[in-house]
Amino acid sequence: MTRERIIQRALQEIQPGMYVNLGIGMPTLIANVLPHDFDVMLQSENGLLGIGPYPTHDEVDEDLINAGKETVTAKQGAAFFDSATSFAMIRGGHIDVAILGGMEVSQTGDLANWMIPGKMVKGMGGAMDLVHGAKHVVVIMEHVNKHGESKIKPSCTLPLTGKRVVNRLITDLAVFDFTEEGMVLIEVANGHTIEDVRAKTDAAFIERIT
Amino acid sequence: MEKVWESAQAAVADIQDGVTLLVGGFGLSGIPTSLIQALYTKGTKHLRVVSNNCGTDTAGLGILLERRQIDHVSASYVGENKRFEQQLLNGDIEVELIPQGTLAERIRAGGAGIPAFYTATGVGTPVAEGKPTAEFDGKTYIQERAITGDVAFVKAWKADKMGNIVFRKTARNFNPIVATAATLTIVEVEELVEVGELDADHIHVPSIYVNRIIVTEHPDKQIERLTTREATI
Repeated sequence: MTRERIIQRALQEIQPGMYVNLGIGMPTLIANVLPHDFDVMLQSENGLLGIGPYPTHDEVDEDLINAGKETVTAKQGAAFFDSATSFAMIRGGHIDVAILGGMEVSQTGDLANWMIPGKMVKGMGGAMDLVHGAKHVVVIMEHVNKHGESKIKPSCTLPLTGKRVVNRLITDLAVFDFTEEGMVLIEVANGHTIEDVRAKTDAAFIERIT
Repeated sequence: MEKVWESAQAAVADIQDGVTLLVGGFGLSGIPTSLIQALYTKGTKHLRVVSNNCGTDTAGLGILLERRQIDHVSASYVGENKRFEQQLLNGDIEVELIPQGTLAERIRAGGAGIPAFYTATGVGTPVAEGKPTAEFDGKTYIQERAITGDVAFVKAWKADKMGNIVFRKTARNFNPIVATAATLTIVEVEELVEVGELDADHIHVPSIYVNRIIVTEHPDKQIERLTTREATI
């Protein structure tokens, strides 16, 4: 339910004509709610521009996967390329929007999403490249962890993916932008109040609801 | 200039313990299964492996972990492999985690004779520790060194007998770059064709980078995560 809400809001970040990279995990699910005829090219960092829907059983091709290693298809107009070309595309500032998952975000726009010391080490994959390369970096995550603690902090406690890299944060409770003045609350989700958001956010923010 | 070898076993027979091995593939897509299998059978040890991933418990580079043939891994993502995680926690294996774009560019640079480059990726994170920094146009970057190897294992779709190679779909991934960055590049292909059969305009890696070619002994490719949708009429 919370995930559904986050995904629906994140969908609004994608405009017609964009080139977009969706991170592994919750961001990948955004592809499933995009209208099938929506004019967007999704990039997969393993070397595909133009991800199509999941294949039917008969269409499955072992040589065609996304960055989450799921079997996919390529849409009309798609292109394949090697990993260096893929990251030149990412690091060179050619991707309009990257939507990534997060474990923690700080009030200055730092992101942590790749390891928990002593518990989980999977690796950063392409996340550290995407946060510096994409023109607009959107992080989507649940507002609080399973213990009810704020995942939005004055500063991150986990090892960083990038420093001052997040442009917009979308949670199940609110949307924040990161600006020169600091973290700015721009939207509160239906059914919630600014007080709810304050109570569940450790980080300091400015209110500018439009 | 005979580059075609009769088997994977023959093509890897002179690989010594302790070599740095660059391996193409992303997950289980585009991995040189026969060459890895041959190295497993041969029992080559103390390998220093550079590859985006390290296979799964039972496939790809993961099988080399079973006999502790790998001392060091440079990779961007090592999840989905319990044995790897265990060896890492036990200190049996050393791992350098590298951002995927930095890994790709370090290998590309290695193949292109560029000793180092600067990137914003990793600035302010554990990746930057111990690395020189520089400012360009008011922004901080870290220096990353090129990667080269003794041996590269490449998986391709087709090769001609001269060693021009072509990949298929997302099985291309790191394969073309690792092909350029090692002293000895061995390519495993699905289909070997005569010189002249491949359109010169469509070749992904020119023959100059390729030293040995074998035809795959494992034509069945594996899928890590099968995801499908219902067929509609």
